Amino acid sequence: MNPPLLTPSQTVGPFFAYSLTARQYGYDYSSLLDAHLADTNRDKQIILTGRIFDGAGNVVNDAVVEFWQPEPQHPDVIDYPRRPGTFRGFGRLGTGTTADHSFTFTTFKPTATVTGDAPHVNVILMMRGSLRTLYTRLYFADEPEANAHDALLNSIASERRTTLLANQIGVDTYQFDIRLQGENETVFFDL
Amino acid sequence: MTASATHPPHLYPDYKSTILRSPTQPLLLVPDHLRNLRLPVFGESCLGELDNDLTKNARKNGEPIGERIRVFGRVLDESGRPIPNALLEIWQANAAGRYIHKAEIHDAPLDPNFLGAGRVLTNAEGHYSFYTIKPGAYPWGNHYNAWRPNHIHFSVFGHFLDQRLVTQMYFPGDPLFAYDPIFQSTPVQARERLIAQFRMEQTEAEFALAYEFTIVLNGRTQTPFDR
Ligand SMILES: [Fe+2]
Repeated sequence: MNPPLLTPSQTVGPFFAYSLTARQYGYDYSSLLDAHLADTNRDKQIILTGRIFDGAGNVVNDAVVEFWQPEPQHPDVIDYPRRPGTFRGFGRLGTGTTADHSFTFTTFKPTATVTGDAPHVNVILMMRGSLRTLYTRLYFADEPEANAHDALLNSIASERRTTLLANQIGVDTYQFDIRLQGENETVFFDL
Repeated sequence: MTASATHPPHLYPDYKSTILRSPTQPLLLVPDHLRNLRLPVFGESCLGELDNDLTKNARKNGEPIGERIRVFGRVLDESGRPIPNALLEIWQANAAGRYIHKAEIHDAPLDPNFLGAGRVLTNAEGHYSFYTIKPGAYPWGNHYNAWRPNHIHFSVFGHFLDQRLVTQMYFPGDPLFAYDPIFQSTPVQARERLIAQFRMEQTEAEFALAYEFTIVLNGRTQTPFDR
């Protein structure tokens, strides 16, 4: 028997919200995932916020953003409803419900992984006008030493590395804007 | 290796929204440990009782209008290994071609008894199945008189980061294939993989027609280690 052939990707389109992010958008359906990678009552919360810009500089108001922060303590399985006080490591938001079309996740500052990577969060991005899933990573601008030793960051031309850095804009708040095209186009991964 | 022979390009100008939203720089080659990064596993607790039956999960005062169907299949990797516990999230238009999404303005009726959202997990052999209503075609603003073929949207979580697939399932023999830039963006030799197969032997007499849709995710180029 011949091995099966890969299923092609197609766009998520503009009408995902009542399935993928129903609660956030006010639809009468459950949502497995939300903005909280870590429980909201936990100490040392940080906030990761940003916007997505297209090639004309317009904010994208119909994207789905997923943040995946694997940590040693992340649970074996994601339960629904979520268990209070537990770290989940995975979050999902659409960009259609805030006035400025930003996404805002809460978590704690990632630790460096066993592979020696600098602290980071994996970012998965889907939207109308995107025929493929886009992947990138959020690193922290205030971790210069760890970043300097990160193999993936070092594989990027130095002038584009900053597109993966989240900048601290408040006590516990970091900003991570994603640019699909143009000057400072975010580095996306070949996965 | 097979990605460019399988997936649409990022930029496909006939689908106009890609023009300002597709990366222009080459994608970064990444180490295998990122490709092999495990995604979260979704437990059985994530499934509501009616999540796998879109004909029942939004009833208000009766049954949804339209042609009842069962969609079933397997989630496999490229080597043919079944992928158990894959999460499939589903959304679609109703039988009249109308999405319940608030931004949808197509002048076709909403169905008070149909939402069009559901989810399923694959079993130990990678099988999944759900009931729904066959979605209608709908117009969109890409170009003059643009219509999308009938389709069901799928969001898929396999086990690894490169198994996070979003796709659409189409129905056999749709006359709109030739005119739809989203379907046409797919390399010609891979298009038929997006089309479900009608399975007479799986239809349920007096109840539902059946369509099979196999989903194949990236395989492993090397054995990933659990961490
Ligand atoms: Fe659609």
